[in-house]
Amino acid sequence: MKTFSNAIEFLFDNTNLIWDKTLEHVWLSLASLGVALVIAIPLGVWLGHLHRGSFMAINVSNVGRALPSLAVISIGLGLLGVGFTNVMVALVILAAPVMLTNAYVAVDRVDQDAVRAARAMGMKPLQVLLKVELPLSLPLMFAGIRTAAVYVVATAPLAALAGGGGLGDIIVNQPTYGIEGVVAGSLAIAALAFATEGVFALLQYLVTPRGLRKRGKEPLLEPTVGTAAA
Amino acid sequence: MMLVVAQGPVIPQFERASSCVRENKQFCFDWVVDNFGRVFAPRLVEHIELTLLAVGIGFVFAFGAALLAYSLDWFETPFAIFAAFLYTIPSLAFFQLMVPITGLSRTSAEIALVSYTILILFRNTLTGLREVPEDARMAARAMGLTKGQILRRVELPLALPAIMAGIRIATVTTISLATVAAFIGVGGLGQPIFNAIQSGFKTQFVAAGILAVGLALVADALLVFLQRLLAPWLRAERA
Repeated sequence: MKTFSNAIEFLFDNTNLIWDKTLEHVWLSLASLGVALVIAIPLGVWLGHLHRGSFMAINVSNVGRALPSLAVISIGLGLLGVGFTNVMVALVILAAPVMLTNAYVAVDRVDQDAVRAARAMGMKPLQVLLKVELPLSLPLMFAGIRTAAVYVVATAPLAALAGGGGLGDIIVNQPTYGIEGVVAGSLAIAALAFATEGVFALLQYLVTPRGLRKRGKEPLLEPTVGTAAA
Repeated sequence: MMLVVAQGPVIPQFERASSCVRENKQFCFDWVVDNFGRVFAPRLVEHIELTLLAVGIGFVFAFGAALLAYSLDWFETPFAIFAAFLYTIPSLAFFQLMVPITGLSRTSAEIALVSYTILILFRNTLTGLREVPEDARMAARAMGLTKGQILRRVELPLALPAIMAGIRIATVTTISLATVAAFIGVGGLGQPIFNAIQSGFKTQFVAAGILAVGLALVADALLVFLQRLLAPWLRAERA
């Protein structure tokens, strides 16, 4: 309990440090998510549109979930060396699979009646994709992005071990910041993870076409919650 | 003087090492082959032990809690909140926080690892039990089965796929987190990784990482296989 109150004190005494590390953390997470997004979403959408490669697209997230994050960072340390790039590559590898799977499933399982109706109205494949499949698949696709975002924010503390910076810097430096620093850093990370969850839940709601909102459909794939993931 | 000798050179066996090791190239296969038994094999065994123990203990706790929550409605929410709270603690911090209480010991690592498995196993077991079709339950009751018999012969077998899915996620999660446990020096495949952070020896980074990834993928595949063995009716459905 004393540690806990000391940790709160630490947060207030070191607002500059916490703020700087939080910004680093957010920047690292956003950069990784951005790259993962650019790689995974188009691939998932394309495969889903063609209804091809389901085995790969669905199982890639199982493989992604199984990958031990520190091990991926470690391989990166050997091949790419210490620093931001290595950590970012590792986080991209960890975040992309769940995005890909959700994007695939989202587009693949769009109501085929709607797709056929669109085709019957004379839409070209690209129009079907942009005007029918994408809007209808956005909620589930976003669920994948949300899961990946929380996972990345929660795994990024390990980046500190590989010179990537972020809030993990405080947690791995018990000799400098003391046990209250470790607790304070954990609180900041947990808060950041919850904030990420909240922001992405809101975004998910906003991108959901109004017609789909009322049913309050939850994502088909269970979102793997929590920050322990590190 | 003694200290210098004890610490040894940065690169293991510097004077006898191959040129690949001396130049610290990205991956020296011959070094890994020569040193597997010394550097990696014991760590791999430790890693498997850490994981099995954590998932085993976690399962006993979570399974008991899920059965309790299944029969007592009020129990679910507080326990789920408790489990979610544990799950929210960043692993690097959790291991360190246990040190003042249980020391730099395996116990510290196991307490943290078990804590992380509970949320996953609890939720999956409870969901599995709740999703048993009401028809099956009623049919069992109509055939005169007691509550305990229904649980053992109808509900648990039908919940098995969900429970196994939980064990699968918990196992790969634990394998991942157990590498971090080496931060407090309890062994496992994280140990060569943390040693390499000290020494900068690239081959050790890559080899330890690949071993941990391999272990996780093999464990995942084995559990899928086990699930098929235990729930053959699912295969029939798909075919």
